Amino acid sequence: MTGAQALIRSLEMEGTEVMFGLPGGAILPVYDPLLESSIRHILVRHEQGAGHMAEGYAHATGRPGVAMVTSGPAATNIVTPLCDAMLDSIPLVVVTGQVPLSAIGTDAFQECDTTGITMPVTKHNWLIQNASDIPMVVREAFHVATTGRPGPVLVDVPKDIANQTMEWYWPDAVDLPGFRAPQPPDPGLAREAARLILAAERPVIYAGGGILKARAAEALRRLAELTGIHVVTTLMARGAFPDDHPLALGMPGMHGNYTAVTAMQRSDLLIALGSRFDDRVTGKVPAFAPGAKIIHVDIDPAELGKVRYADVGIAADCRAAIAAITAAVEAELAETATVAPDRADWNATLAGWQAAHPLAYDQEDDGPLKPQFCIEQLRDHTPDDTIVVSGVGQHQMWTSQYWKFNHPYTFVNSGGLGTMGFAVPAAVGAKVGKPDRMVWAIDGDGCFQMTAQELVTASAERVPIKVAILNNAYLGMVRQWQELFYKERYSEVYLSPDLPDYVKWAEAMGCVGLRVDNPEDVAPTIEKANAVDDRPVVIDFRVDYREKVYPMVAAGTSNDDIILGPAEGEGGH
Amino acid sequence: MPVRHHILSVLVENRAGVLSRVAGLFSRRGFNIFSLAVSPTDDERFSRMTIVVDAESAPIEQVMRQLDKLINVVHIKELSEGEAVERELMLATVRADSSNRGQVTELAAIFEARILDVGPDALTLMVAGSPDKIDSIEQLLRPFGITGLQRTGRIALPKIPRGTVRLAAVPESA
Repeated sequence: MTGAQALIRSLEMEGTEVMFGLPGGAILPVYDPLLESSIRHILVRHEQGAGHMAEGYAHATGRPGVAMVTSGPAATNIVTPLCDAMLDSIPLVVVTGQVPLSAIGTDAFQECDTTGITMPVTKHNWLIQNASDIPMVVREAFHVATTGRPGPVLVDVPKDIANQTMEWYWPDAVDLPGFRAPQPPDPGLAREAARLILAAERPVIYAGGGILKARAAEALRRLAELTGIHVVTTLMARGAFPDDHPLALGMPGMHGNYTAVTAMQRSDLLIALGSRFDDRVTGKVPAFAPGAKIIHVDIDPAELGKVRYADVGIAADCRAAIAAITAAVEAELAETATVAPDRADWNATLAGWQAAHPLAYDQEDDGPLKPQFCIEQLRDHTPDDTIVVSGVGQHQMWTSQYWKFNHPYTFVNSGGLGTMGFAVPAAVGAKVGKPDRMVWAIDGDGCFQMTAQELVTASAERVPIKVAILNNAYLGMVRQWQELFYKERYSEVYLSPDLPDYVKWAEAMGCVGLRVDNPEDVAPTIEKANAVDDRPVVIDFRVDYREKVYPMVAAGTSNDDIILGPAEGEGGH
Repeated sequence: MPVRHHILSVLVENRAGVLSRVAGLFSRRGFNIFSLAVSPTDDERFSRMTIVVDAESAPIEQVMRQLDKLINVVHIKELSEGEAVERELMLATVRADSSNRGQVTELAAIFEARILDVGPDALTLMVAGSPDKIDSIEQLLRPFGITGLQRTGRIALPKIPRGTVRLAAVPESA
């Protein structure tokens, strides 16, 4: 068997059903045995698309996403998705071709130091030196990508190694003496956490993306309901706790709602579950939740105490840790006849804030189309379990704010890296992974232009995703910052609503293209898009460019200084 | 005196690129390395790195936990002052002509340094010992004019636990 055949065989052994990629010189030998493989290959139009599709697939299914590209420029093109997956803890296995081992270091054609370049953006990477190492390395790669805190890995395969012959085998176990599997939660710490929970008067659960990675949404719900503690869900955790639950507070952070942000600020106990005190959540760290004790659960021990001291830090899988804490709370309640403090005042305060400071926008019947209105209409005219994929910017924040996420794994977006252009390819990946679900990408016009070519892939591969472009003709979030913090000096943010013509562009890529520029056409056009099932659909929503994302906590300021709306912000109108 | 340095004794897999992974982690996380020594161990699968970390650049727990995430890092031990034997080796070429060669060799004798090379107006010395001792001789040699200097950085191993019988007390010679 050749190294190339062994590689494909190993991917099959790991349960790979689909991979995203684009062939080229150095990876040619591996593409040949793919013709006989059971693995479905999605031929992308740009290698960045392959990486984001693999991410979207992993987000939606929980299984590792697999991408394969050639050496040199293809490898550098997939660096962005690797970094994106690193920051958002997405399990990804990327295979890259490499020039022959003998040519490495000679500045050969399409040579680049792929393992060197990707070292900081992968959990680990391998340059294969012998064809006989291939099964072991692939096995290790999947193990590392999916064990502990998930993340991306890369396997670099020199062309001569792919052509070498080897004796096929499949390893029983991995040999990684330096890789530690997560430990079960410490029962003593779980008990300490339970005591803090039962003593707290103003506790808040701060749920992060780790809940989804650990398949812990059910466990979280049990803990919240048992203790009656409200839950904020970060951008990466939207859907981990149902928005229609009475204990749901929605998204905290820079564009979080007033109640979620302020509940954390005023809390006396933050129960951080799979969240990492990201600067977009904390604002100015010394001013963040100043009166709160911290219970911090994270599978990655390095997260404990990285940003904020944890009074109780539990390094363990979120689902196991939440179950242990829940059991400890039950035991405390049963054994010691402990009674949790009466939280009626706190609950009333939260309800009061919710009533006083709801998210708000104003859609006039004959006024310009508001982006928030488009999102609410999409939400109301699609199935409850629709998978929503967003890019990065204003549209992403509005989507997170206005969509009601009632199921886990229904929101796919780029949080940590903030990768514009994520939505279209990630939506393709999500739809490939969940073909029976409706998948809507909500994108900005700036983002869309970065990766729109993957709609050609979607058409060719018959992956009928739907794309809503909230076209405000601007790099909207940048415009918002220039308006608020740069005295309305708009520098290089105007894009044009008509250039390109999104409807024609969509049609040229084999999609149905639609346009909406007034409120009354929104719902009927969405219905029209929903009825298309044989190709992708793109709707160009012409929205009001002046609309800004509120509330807002300006970067580097305290969450106490949350700006609720234009009336309170500098330069607002 | 506040602790300025932490010593980490890090057992790593003996594979290509491991040094680069460790060095890259330090630079991208903004941790400062004061000195670094790498060498094989008694087990050919592993190498040992002795990393002296600037204590002010980051909390040592954070450095250790981030290091521990590297797949090729097998074991990390922080060696605190008093719990480890530490040694460093220095080579120094010092200006020494006939007028002051005697003073330099006298210093060398006091610090049990060996003279490795002699020229008409310079000497090369080798001295091994605790980092403090190396600092001292370096300071004393400086007025003569040091024209070449290389220190290995610290290497260290944990002290043999108390309670076990030490076969022979090895005198610290300076």
